[in-house]
Formats: sequence, C-alpha cells, structure tokens
Amino acid sequence: MSTAIPSPPVVQFIRVTKSFGEIKALNDISFEIYAGEFFSLLGPSGCGKTTTLRLLAGLEQPDEGSGEIRLLGRTVNQARPYERPLSMVFQNYALFPHLSVARNVAFGLEQRKTSRAEIDQRVKRALEMVRLDPDLFGRRMPGQLSGGQRQRVALARALVLEPAILLLDEPLGAIDLKLRKDMQLELKALNKQLGTTFIYVTHDQEEALTMSDRIGVMENARLAQLGTPAEVYENPRTAFVASFIGESNFFQGHATKDSRGEWTARGPGLSFRVPDNPQLENGSEVRVAVRPEWMDLCRPDEVPGAENAVIGTIGDIIYLGETIHVVVSVPQVGKVKVAVRNEGQLLKPLAWKRGEPVAVVWLPEECQVLEAG
Amino acid sequence: MSASWHRRVFRWFSHPGIQAWTLLGPGMFWLIVFFLVPILIMLAYSFMPRGIYGGVDPGFTLEHYARFFDPLYLDVLQRTFLWSVACTVVCLLLGYPVAYLIARPGRWRHLLLLLVVLPFWTSFLVRTFAMIFLLRDTGLINDWLLRLGLTREPLTILYTPAAVMVGLVYGFLPFMILPVYASLEKLDSSLLEAAEVLGARPSARFWRVTLPLSMPGVIAGSLLVFIPALGSFLTPDLLGGGKQMMIGNLVQNQFSAARNWPFGSAASFIVMVLVLVAVLIYLRIRGREPAGALL
Amino acid sequence: MNRRAPRWLLAVSGVVYAFLHLPLLILMVFSFNDSKFSVEWQGFTFRWYHRLLERPEILHGLKLSLLVGLTATLIATLLGTLLALALGRHRFAGRRAIEGFLYLPIVTPEIVVGISLLILFVLLRLPLGFVTITIAHVAFCISFVVVVVLARLHGMDQHLEEAAMTLGADEMATFWRVTLPQLWPGIFAGALLAFTMSFDDFVITSFVSGSGSSTLPIVVYGMARKTVEPSINAISTIILLVTAVLIYVADRLVRREAGSREVRARDEAA
Repeated sequence: MSTAIPSPPVVQFIRVTKSFGEIKALNDISFEIYAGEFFSLLGPSGCGKTTTLRLLAGLEQPDEGSGEIRLLGRTVNQARPYERPLSMVFQNYALFPHLSVARNVAFGLEQRKTSRAEIDQRVKRALEMVRLDPDLFGRRMPGQLSGGQRQRVALARALVLEPAILLLDEPLGAIDLKLRKDMQLELKALNKQLGTTFIYVTHDQEEALTMSDRIGVMENARLAQLGTPAEVYENPRTAFVASFIGESNFFQGHATKDSRGEWTARGPGLSFRVPDNPQLENGSEVRVAVRPEWMDLCRPDEVPGAENAVIGTIGDIIYLGETIHVVVSVPQVGKVKVAVRNEGQLLKPLAWKRGEPVAVVWLPEECQVLEAG
Repeated sequence: MSASWHRRVFRWFSHPGIQAWTLLGPGMFWLIVFFLVPILIMLAYSFMPRGIYGGVDPGFTLEHYARFFDPLYLDVLQRTFLWSVACTVVCLLLGYPVAYLIARPGRWRHLLLLLVVLPFWTSFLVRTFAMIFLLRDTGLINDWLLRLGLTREPLTILYTPAAVMVGLVYGFLPFMILPVYASLEKLDSSLLEAAEVLGARPSARFWRVTLPLSMPGVIAGSLLVFIPALGSFLTPDLLGGGKQMMIGNLVQNQFSAARNWPFGSAASFIVMVLVLVAVLIYLRIRGREPAGALL
Repeated sequence: MNRRAPRWLLAVSGVVYAFLHLPLLILMVFSFNDSKFSVEWQGFTFRWYHRLLERPEILHGLKLSLLVGLTATLIATLLGTLLALALGRHRFAGRRAIEGFLYLPIVTPEIVVGISLLILFVLLRLPLGFVTITIAHVAFCISFVVVVVLARLHGMDQHLEEAAMTLGADEMATFWRVTLPQLWPGIFAGALLAFTMSFDDFVITSFVSGSGSSTLPIVVYGMARKTVEPSINAISTIILLVTAVLIYVADRLVRREAGSREVRARDEAA
C-alpha cells in the first residue's frame, strides 16, 4: 500500500504545541503527510484534531517558540491563511449568504483577478465535478439549498482553486447516513482523481477507516498512533486506540519468559501466551487487547493446544444482524465479548445458551501488547 | 506594489492586540474625554467649596454632601427613592399581564411587540407633553369630566404627585414589558404540561411554575425601570411643575436658578452612585451580560 | 395550555395598550382641531401646521436638530462601528472591562451626563453651541451604535471570514467582500437609532446648548411650558411620525436576512 520511493512530505508538523490560556490543546505533536494522500485525523471531541487543522490553515498560531509547520517544504508559521497553498471546507460549510452559488465558488478566483471567461469556465467545471448542475444551481442562494447541496458547493469552492492541499473539518457531520456514505466514496474518488492531498478531521472511526490512506489517532492533545487503517485497527498501540477504533477486550498480567524464549502473561484467573515484543521485560506488567472478532467459542474440554483460552459462562447473547455478540463471564477477569458470525439463527442457531460453561479461545499472535500508561 | 503595503501594515497589525487597539482608539478617546473625564471633574467639584458666581473655589470640603442630611434634602432623596419603587411596582403589575399575553404562541406576537416598542422609542418630551395635554386643567380629561357632569370644577391633576407617578409609569412601562416577555418566551411549555398532569390547577401552575421561572425577567425589568426612574428629570419637571422635586430636578436647579455648582455636582454624584449600585445588583443577579437588547 | 386567552388578561392588556397609545393618538388628532383654546372638536384644519412654518424659531430649531443629528450620527456610527469590530472580532486584555464601560453612557442619567459636560465645556472655555451639542450627542450615541452593531456581529457566522481568508482574501478584502455586506444592515440600524436619539434629546442638549442655540426639542419644551395652542400638537405629531418611521425601518433592517432580493439583484448585475 505504501509507495516504493519516499517522496518529500507536503505537510510537516514538527513538535508543535498550542495552548489556549492554561489548557494545552496540542502537546508536542509531530507528523508528516505525503503528496496525494487521504490523511485523517481521528479522535473524540476535545482531542485537538480541529486545532491541528486550524494551525495548518493558519487560523491559529502555534505557541511562541514551539515547533514548526512546513507546507511544501516551506516554513509557514508566520504565514497568513491567504498566503498558504491550501483550501478548506468548514464543518458548517460557511457559504457566503449574500452571494449566489456561482459567486461563492468564484470567490477565490475573483480574488486572484482571474479573467471573467476563465472564471465562468472553471466554476462550471467545479460544479459539475461535485455533481451539481451549473445551470440549475448557479444562480441559487445558499439559503435555498439542502445540507448535502451546500456541502458540495463548499467543496467546489475549495477545489476550483486547484490547491495542493485540501483541509476538511468534519464536513459530513450534519448529513444523514445514507447520503454520508455516498459522499465518503465521492470524496475518496476525488482525492484519487485530482491527486490533491486531503487532510480530513473526523470523530467517526468508520469514516476514517473507509476513506483514509493513513490515520492519525489523537487523544488528549497527543498523537496516540499513526498508521494505515489496517495497522491502526489490527495493531493498536494503546488501550485508547484499541477501544476507540472497534472494540477490544483487555487483559492484564505479569510477563514471564520461559526456557524457549516465549512469553506468557499470568494474572488472577488467567494465563495466556503473548507474542514477542520489545516492550516486554521479565516480571513487568503487561496489558493486552484482543478484538472480539478474533476470538471463538468452544467447549472447555475441546480447547486446541496452540491457542490461548479462558473459561467462563455464557451471559448475554446480543443479536446484531451480521454478527452475534456473546458476552462471557470469566471469574476474576470480568466480561469478555466474543463476536461470532451469524450464519442464520433461524436455520443454524447458535450452539450456546445462557449459563453454559464455555472456553473463549484465540491465537497468541492476535494479542496486541499495549503501551504502558 | 500597492497591494502589498497594506499587507505589510496588517502583518504588523497581526500582533495580538495592536489591531484591536487601533479600532478601539478613536471611540474610547471620545468616551474617555467627553464622558468619563467630565464625570470625574464633576466628582472633584462636589468636594470643592462654592465660589462667588456659583462655580468652585479651590479647596476641599464635605459640606455639600453634609447638606443631604438636612431634612429638606433628605425629603428629596426619600421621595425619589419611594417614587421609583412605586413606579416599579405599578409597572410590574401592569406590565406582567401584557408580557404574558404577548408570550402566548400566536401570529400577533411581532405586532404586539412592535406596538410596545414603538412608543418607547419616540421622543420622551413629546410623550410627556401628551400627558400634559390630557391632564391639565384645560386638558381633555377635565373637559370630559365636566361635560359628563362628573365634576363641577376642573380637577387639578397636573402638578400633583399623582401626575408625576402616571408620567413615570407611562414612560417606563415598556422597559418592564420587554424583559419579562423575553423571560416568559423562553418558558418551556412542557413544564406546564407536566405540572398539569401532576394535578396542578391553572392558578397553581402560574404561582408555582410560571412566576418563579420568569423571575429573571421580572428582576431585569424591575431594575430597568428603577434605574432610570431614579435619574428622572423631565417627568417631575413638566408634570410636577417644580413642586414635586426628585433628585434630577434638584440637580438641574443648582445649575440654573440656585447657582450652586458644587452642590449640584454632589447631588448628581449621589444619583450616579445609586444608579451604579442598582446596576451592580442587576449584574450580580443576572450573571454576566447587562441588558443589551434595546431594539 | 388554553387556546383562548382569559378575558381578564385581554382586558388588562387592552387597558395598558390604550394607556400607552391613546395619549399620543389624541395628541395627534387634536393637532387638526380647528380651535385655539378649547379641547372640543370644532372641525378639521391644517392651519396649526401652517402656523409652524410662520414661526422662525421652529424652523431654526429643526435646522439645527437636523444638522447636529446628521453630524453626530456620522461620527458616532463610525466610532461605534470600529469599537464593535474590535470587541466582536478580536481578543485582547481588558475586553470585558471595556464592554462594561460602554454600557455606562446608557445607564447614566441624562442629568449627570448633561451637567458634567457643561462643567467640562465651561472649564475649557468652549462657547456653547453647535460644536458642544454635537460633541455631547456623539458621546451618548456611540454606545447605542456599539450595542446594535455588536449584536449583528455576534449573529454573524465567524467561519465566513475564516473561509474567505483560506480562499485567498487578505484582511482588507475579507472585510469589504464578506464582513461589510453582512454587517451593513446593523450599521445602518445603529445609525438610525443614533439619529433618533440625537434628534429627540432634550435634557443633555439643554445643558450644553447655552442660550443662543435651540434644537427642536428645546423649542418644543419652551412651547410646552407656555403655549396652549395646538401648533405644539402639530410639531409633536411631526416629530412622532418621523421617529416612528425611522425606528420601523431600523427594526426591519435588523430583522432581515442577508441574501434578500435586492442584494441578489445587485449581485447579479455586478
């Protein structure tokens, strides 16, 4: 998925800190974004993702003496938004209410003193690109459009300037589910078609996983993990990432190394094998995440030798359509959630019933050793 | 290039605060020089002895403030305070029902509001004169009373305390209606429905739900009537004929007939302090913003 | 909730509305009464309005009021708008204090403002007249302009200006192309309000105008104390109607949405 030859990054965030009064919105953040990427900043509200975007846009300034922001190789800390090679789509679209759709889209071009003929042509193309009929919509006022239509106008307005970088601040938040999914695919297609670098802020992890080439997961003013959707989902580095994206079961224990160099985690009520990991030290505390869908259920006396297991009793069985979540109560550990594929409850019902003893099994390689703290 | 000179200026301006202060400068200058400074000078005057022609001589004295312990002037202070309170109470009793009516859902709301706001913005002088036209001995009310045979001689309504009170209420009623309306309008009708379901009758619903929740508006309205009433000048002057003195008239007197500027300044400053205390109470109760919604 | 309002509520409200409006209506009606002294209706006439034209002091008063009004409005609107922009769009130390300070001219009794300015002008040995009146009017009008424009500014989406900047417009261009078109109804409403306050002012003006210059309200005050004849009703009616129209227009301006038909037509013509 990653390119063979590393090209210079178009965006570099180098050790940036941003405070608002006493509160640190960003705490020593660093990352790089490459040309043409669809890069998402993902996290809960207040994590600092929108602040990061605003710093990139030049709408906020980093704290004095803290770090650098580089766009296309140039340091832009002091540059005003209109001096930066980017465009932005705002969360509530920010369409100018006193201008028509066409005039809105033309705004940036008029600012550059482009010729009238060229403006008309480019505006027309931009509207077509976001699938709005220029003849039908050009003369309308923003107040007359639906949310989805305004969204597209905002997009057209930003893209008509052919920026190297496009910033998007949770643009699909106010749109209903079905339309949102369509627009996600459209945005992804535009990104590939135009080659523009997209930097996308969202709190919806599904959205980030769907659209992004890489995701930066943020928590509490810090970057928790940076990676491709697969890396972030399948190898979460911290407990936060493991639970914010998808679901995880967490286990805690002491790590011990046996004669063959293999690691085992032991805790009250459990003992399971963990893959080798540079963080592990003999006797240290270890925390592990295992996703429900990597687990399976089997009878306590039929546990395959190579797999980890904990024994418990079946609790709630939750029907979710595509999957079935089975909550197993494991003594001294707590509730463990296992996701089982639904093969049709009417034709092939689940073999388990509430109260039955069961073993939850999973492969040792699928334990995610989490970072401390 | 001409386009960049102002960008360079703006970059200098981008320094936090500098741009803001350039915008604030002219307006603040005007207000400080022509509003704040004069009041401070007036305050200084109030501590200086009276000069020959009614102005001030250098020196320091508390005599002007001491004069307010004289029963004559205490009377004025007392009257001002009592009348302001009375005016506030009457405005509340008359204004609350109107606010309640306007706050009811309906298409008339904007029209009803406009009808309250419109007289509020017209010339106070003209409105006061309208009162004179009605209340004077040869005025309309007396004319009708005579013609209807209810009285044999014209009633002296003008130049009585009653006339001043009517004038004050007439002047300040909209100040009560608007904030109370604002407060009632925000009332969540589902609260009243809940009360009804719990068994409360209409009167109980009013006293136990509506009224307590509209208290912020009542307090705001009361202070918005009380504060300007304290500083009233025109109403007691034109409708009281100089016989019913409130502090405002006392002040004006000292700057015209009585020619005692420092004493007038002291009286003026006392009004100012009363007003500021009332404003501070209002702010404390209200929390943050003073009533900025004038239109 | 009951559908129909209880009768007593309607009755009380009716009385209050009558109380608020009848005196003025009566005043206006009697400006057309063909009788010099009596309050009995004796026929319809315009002669009191003609009489106004014969009284030089009224015409002078009107002229002075208009002159002061326009000048003071211009200055107050400019200064007030700048203040509102600073308060509404910038963060700086002491902002709360300044906002509080700006409300002082509104709550301070006119008596206090009037005499304090008189003291100042006498101290500075400024001759009382057009200049001092205008200075005073600007001083008490600024705050009203600030309140109206600031309200409009707060109602504006802040992101609009940010969007403009990301589209390449610098601070100046953003102001002219985005902020001002959104703001001007508020500025105009503030100006109308300032003009109305200036035109109607009596108390403050009476202190700072000296004996030479009389604005219209001062002339009316003199008439209210002495005259009985209905020409005072006539001038009052005129003042009322002018003020009512101005306030109505200001109200409409503050309520209207940007993106109205006129704006769009102007836009497309450009």
